[in-house]
Amino acid sequence: MTARYLPQTLRGFQTERFKEGYSKFTRNPFSVIGLSLVLLVIFLAIFAPFVTPYPEHAGSYVNFKEINKPPSWKHLFGTDLVGRDVFSRVIFAYRYSLLLAITVLSLVVPPGVLLGLLAGYYHGTWIDYTIMRITDIFLAVPPLILALAVTSVLGPSMLNAMMAVCLMWWPWYVRLVYGLVSSLRNEYYVHATAVIGASNFHILWREILPNCVSSIFTKMSLDVGWVIMLAAALSFVGLGAQAPTPDLGTMISDGATFLPDLWWMSMFPSIGVLIIVLGFNLLGDGLRDLFALEEI
Amino acid sequence: MGREVVLRIEDLHVVFNVLKAKLKVVDGVSLTAHSGERLGLVGESSCGKTTCGRCIVRLVQPTSGQILFASKRLGENIDVANPEGRKWYEAKREIQMIFQNPGASLNPVFTIGTQFMTALRYARPEAINDRGIRRRVVEALKEVQLPDPERILKSYPFQLSGGMNQRVSIAMALAVEPELLIADEPTTALDVTVQNQILELLYALVKRKRTSVLYITHNLGVIREIADTVYVMYAGTIVEHGNPREIFSNPLHPYTQGLMEAIPKLAAGGFSKGIPGSIPNYSEPPSGCRFHPRCSKQMQICVEERPSFVEVSEDHKVACFLL
Amino acid sequence: MSMLKFLSKRLALSILALFGLSILIFVIARILPGDPARMALSPRAPDWAVEHLREQMGFDKPIYAQYYYWLTNALRGNLGDSLYTRRPVVEDIKQFIPATVELVLFAAIIMTVFGILFGALAGRYRDTWLDNSVRSLAYIGVCTPAFVFGLMFILLFSYKLGVLPTAGRMTPGVLKPPTITGLLSLDALITGNFAALGDVLKHILLPALSLALGGMGQESRLTRASISDNLRKEYIASARGFGIPNPLIMLKFLLKPSLIPTVSILGLDIAVLFSNAFLVELVFNWPGFSKYGINAMLRKDLNALSAVVLMLGVVFVIANIMVDVTVAWLDPRIRLEAEKQK
Repeated sequence: MTARYLPQTLRGFQTERFKEGYSKFTRNPFSVIGLSLVLLVIFLAIFAPFVTPYPEHAGSYVNFKEINKPPSWKHLFGTDLVGRDVFSRVIFAYRYSLLLAITVLSLVVPPGVLLGLLAGYYHGTWIDYTIMRITDIFLAVPPLILALAVTSVLGPSMLNAMMAVCLMWWPWYVRLVYGLVSSLRNEYYVHATAVIGASNFHILWREILPNCVSSIFTKMSLDVGWVIMLAAALSFVGLGAQAPTPDLGTMISDGATFLPDLWWMSMFPSIGVLIIVLGFNLLGDGLRDLFALEEI
Repeated sequence: MGREVVLRIEDLHVVFNVLKAKLKVVDGVSLTAHSGERLGLVGESSCGKTTCGRCIVRLVQPTSGQILFASKRLGENIDVANPEGRKWYEAKREIQMIFQNPGASLNPVFTIGTQFMTALRYARPEAINDRGIRRRVVEALKEVQLPDPERILKSYPFQLSGGMNQRVSIAMALAVEPELLIADEPTTALDVTVQNQILELLYALVKRKRTSVLYITHNLGVIREIADTVYVMYAGTIVEHGNPREIFSNPLHPYTQGLMEAIPKLAAGGFSKGIPGSIPNYSEPPSGCRFHPRCSKQMQICVEERPSFVEVSEDHKVACFLL
Repeated sequence: MSMLKFLSKRLALSILALFGLSILIFVIARILPGDPARMALSPRAPDWAVEHLREQMGFDKPIYAQYYYWLTNALRGNLGDSLYTRRPVVEDIKQFIPATVELVLFAAIIMTVFGILFGALAGRYRDTWLDNSVRSLAYIGVCTPAFVFGLMFILLFSYKLGVLPTAGRMTPGVLKPPTITGLLSLDALITGNFAALGDVLKHILLPALSLALGGMGQESRLTRASISDNLRKEYIASARGFGIPNPLIMLKFLLKPSLIPTVSILGLDIAVLFSNAFLVELVFNWPGFSKYGINAMLRKDLNALSAVVLMLGVVFVIANIMVDVTVAWLDPRIRLEAEKQK
């Protein structure tokens, strides 16, 4: 992987591969849609205060003169039961969701990948055995149940929900990387580097890990969608974010009681969830096709 | 070896649409096989020979051209590329194929016995009754020199070695008693020690059953041993064909000459000479003669026009402007 | 027998997992801030009452002792008493679980049958409009949470169209069949009460559908990929070449190898059904086990909580084992490989 080419050649080579990858990716319209949706969501999340018409509605805000108003030009998605603009809240909820997903993944991926690397590299030793058995036990637990139980016992809040999700998520990365490393460590270039005298650390970090990156990355982008969906489920039940934080699940749950008359209060957040999950899923699938992976 | 034609391929073209490119992998191939003949189709990897073979069994749909199969048993000619109605259904049992990958024609989740007996039951319903099928299968397995056929019947393909799987595939293909057998590099994926055995086995069986065989391979030595006629293929076109002994002792097409020289000669110094250049890009193949970029004797006309066949003798035809 | 060894290995691992889970829940529940005994009574209850309850519940003993008592009781079938319903948790479970089981059963059947059917059709007729529609719908099914489906269906079918009911298992007023299995549909069928059966089915359709769509999407995608890949394999071509009739090839020789990836994740998907059931039960006001579980969680009813988690874990294990058995039957490589490794 890390061959010693002249800098100019390497750059040209990499640009070539990037262009190939780009055209391969863009060939599939769905991947492009996914990427666009994701970029849109990210943009909205980052620039939420500037993009929304009523950024102050994302917090504690009440305006009883404007409650339960149907969608109009003034309030694109209508208002909720205390007069807040649903559109603005959905956008801010995106911000929240992305933050949650990023945090969860940042907490889960490094240790998961590290454990997977170790377990795979020292395949067949006690290191492998312990790590994988613990992982298996966590994997054998029904996923949502663990999250629910942890959240409920610790108290409903976004932080606890995040911790619950983390607890449930890391084994998948261990397993993914473990599978990859177990097969990669038998590749010739690994043996060759070892023969030259490279340290174990070097082999893991510079030879094996770069080959896992595409799988890890693809899984991460798929996972953003799943984490957001899971968080929405938790909030829907009341175990996630609490008022007045704008959260898609909470908004759907609050709005559900007013069906069918005040349909916009739950319908638009629902569509919001669909869009963000769809976007990341399409993107993840596109990446998977691009890297031609089968392990995920 | 009768002179009746059993298979005639006329001007076969196969174009694959891959992503944005059109790959012209088979570009005007014509071939004639006679009853009982062993025909060798030889060429390097990705020259299109496998694709040709697959067209004959309709695994690949040709873009244009005709593949005519004259079945003695059915008494008529069938155009494989565009058959009428039920004709192909009857005819397809007369053409069987053996694949390069030994386990490929065997379903991985069923036992050999189940597959083989089902195959025979439907392939030759009029010939055997139920009790006879099992007996026939065991006989067929014995014919390919498989020890302990009873155990094989109960086994799954992954439990057998590559060589054994290939023997089973051969047994199945021949038990049906087809008129034409297409063998696509049946020994390439096997150990060298096993290759010879399989080849001899195949040779003996087709000789006894008088099956016509189209043997596809990149191994010239094999062709010389077992083929009555050879077609040399390059980049989707036939460049030379005729009697193997003739062609190998007197190769006339520059490509065939290159192939001959590429075979290392044990007694003469050891190193072989390669053919400069590489196989063409099928989405933008060379104009005229497809070999001209690599040909040391290239002439202007080679770039412009495709050479047609010149009959050097009754058993030797070459497509080259040098003649 | 290799199958037995294979199964027992899986069983052992799962039981270990269940232990781990129970310990985890137990420990977390006991460590939490706040006093469950006080919460059960009320903030204004006298201290001696709280102490008394705490003793009764065993909260004053050290954690490992508590766990030991809990475990031994559990193995004997006594999961303690619920702090809220004031009766044995086992009773609560018996009351609530049939509703959830029925829901999940219907959802599982819908998911499996239609998921595989649509997936197979899409794989067979690849790149046609059928394939493209199945794939798009499957995708949306996968990306939409179950409760969103529930809400949308209610909006469409119950409110706009008025065809199907919005909540509950039966319309009040319709005669409820005697409780034989607890599964209303089965009970109605057994006693020949077809009016009730119709009512039950009307009520269970939307919830089961909402629950099933996610898994259905998954299954159909996998089946489609698998079938479309295997269709092009040489052994199918050989089978055709032998003149084996197409229906036989499709239904036997193609289907069996193609179902392997689908069935492999079926276990996980069915277990996920149990997890997602609570979302649907909430939306449709379904008096099921999950709702009981949620309430237990929200109210920190520890015994009930532990019991719910454990039950769901057990269900998960059973589902996984059944799936492992099916996969091993479908793919001889797995059961024979397992034996080889010994």
